[in-house]
Amino acid sequence: MKVAVASGKGGTGKTIVSTSLFLSVNDAAYIDMDVEEPNGAIFISPEIEREERFSLPVPSFNENICTFCNACAEACVYSAISVIPQAKKVLFFEELCHSCGVCKYVCPEPGAIVEVPKEIGTIRVGNNGNFVEGTLDIGIPSAVPLISGIKRYIPDNDVVILDSPPGTSCPVVETLKDSDYVILVTEPTPFGINDLSLALDIVRELEKPHGIIVNKHNEKVSLAREFARSKDVEILLEIPFSRKVAEGYSKGIPLVDIEPEYRSNFKDLIERIRVTIS
Amino acid sequence: MKRAKELVIISGKGGTGKTTLSGSLVRLLGKNEKVICDSDVDAADMFLLFEPETEREEDFRGKSIAVINYDKCVDCGICQKVCRFDAVALEDGKYQINPYSCDGCTYCMLACPAKAISMEQQVVGKWFISNTDSGSMVHARLKPGAENSGNLVTMVKHQSHLLAEENGISLILIDGPPGIGCPVTSAISGANLAVIVTEPTFSGIHDLERVLGVTGHFQVSSAIVINKYDMNEKNSRDIERFAKEKDIPLLGKIPLSTCVMDAITRNKTPVDSCPDIKSIMEDILGKIKKLMDIQ
Repeated sequence: MKVAVASGKGGTGKTIVSTSLFLSVNDAAYIDMDVEEPNGAIFISPEIEREERFSLPVPSFNENICTFCNACAEACVYSAISVIPQAKKVLFFEELCHSCGVCKYVCPEPGAIVEVPKEIGTIRVGNNGNFVEGTLDIGIPSAVPLISGIKRYIPDNDVVILDSPPGTSCPVVETLKDSDYVILVTEPTPFGINDLSLALDIVRELEKPHGIIVNKHNEKVSLAREFARSKDVEILLEIPFSRKVAEGYSKGIPLVDIEPEYRSNFKDLIERIRVTIS
Repeated sequence: MKRAKELVIISGKGGTGKTTLSGSLVRLLGKNEKVICDSDVDAADMFLLFEPETEREEDFRGKSIAVINYDKCVDCGICQKVCRFDAVALEDGKYQINPYSCDGCTYCMLACPAKAISMEQQVVGKWFISNTDSGSMVHARLKPGAENSGNLVTMVKHQSHLLAEENGISLILIDGPPGIGCPVTSAISGANLAVIVTEPTFSGIHDLERVLGVTGHFQVSSAIVINKYDMNEKNSRDIERFAKEKDIPLLGKIPLSTCVMDAITRNKTPVDSCPDIKSIMEDILGKIKKLMDIQ
């Protein structure tokens, strides 16, 4: 089963939770889908076995064949192409291209447009295929194609943990879409709860079973509990705020190594999730 | 009048304290000294600190997406074959467009032999102009799961400039999104200074380096603030050394403080209730003004 760990707000503890699940559960795989800022490797220290560059097709224009009819530029909804017939030139703005293939499809001259690969990031696989991470190249606008590309590398382990990007837009949907269960990690602050509420909207829209983990829990603040009650969502686990955990985290030490008793909590959690979705 | 200068607060990693810093700067700057712009449109939180009264609310229209007319559809499946975004699936015997996956490229519409597909523009969010005790604020809310947040970021920045021009304001203070992708690119493009809030964790440092790659790529001047610096003083020293080597100004170091956490929990900025933090924030603001050459 695929368990996605998401949050809405960044920095609430997605990676702490996902790496803890990975390190506590036997035969689990960890997939870092937060390709803009992948950090899981810091805590897992994987042995990388394979590293592949990931590419998307982009058009290349042959100006000897091109008749400068402008059909490609008119069809491109991303405004990535400009044709200047007087100068017999085609200007291509690669960073605007979404690799949809429409320009090639509408081009009446065979061979005037061919597609060539453009590298957008790196996918690394390690720990016998149980660790996968994607890293988006700097300056690449959309993370979605790389997130979608990583999916081909997901092993069919009993438990697969998907570490999601923050926010509530496309990259998150792309990650959650194929999951069987979503853990929403929040912190008991008004910011955390506001973003949790947005993330909950997506998870409900996608009709995924879900529960909440409250990180940096503070007994004096009942924000998260009140929210969970009002929305009728289960709180799966509360991880109290601890300076020791924060300091360990800062050095890249996983939660379950700082506080080993959490291992059994995370194991139980996976079993409860298994029951929920079966 | 000259175009207002843009100060943008970003971080790479989420949760390092962007809104804590930008909220504090909002409080320290005079009411008519700046326009407040929350460009973290998929998780906008700044409004929680300033109880905005909404004055104007507008729909934001994003891309168009494909819609199938089933009176004309002949179930040939060509739309599914040509789609590069995996947006077409055969469900319940019908080809269906997944609006979350559709990128609006029009390939299916062009390729459909029955001319059964048209494009329909979607409302993907709302943007607002609001009044707060601390000045006018432009903010937005992206519909959960929607795309194009970069364009919505550009829209809130554009509206902030219009507002600044109308009121003779010369600074726009932008609370930015996390990450390094399109929304961040839109938030920093044209900015006069990007202040990067980092924390002394391995994750924070890793993401700081990546986000500096983005500001460098777009040639935006950067400066660094280390938040929760005493969580790991060794890492903080490493960041300081790194900043010095790269010749990036370090504007200040903020300690991990329960007073800050309590303030945020009560929807207050630390400037309102933590005197020690307030003086650090004042110092940071002074350095920002110097770097941006503003009075």
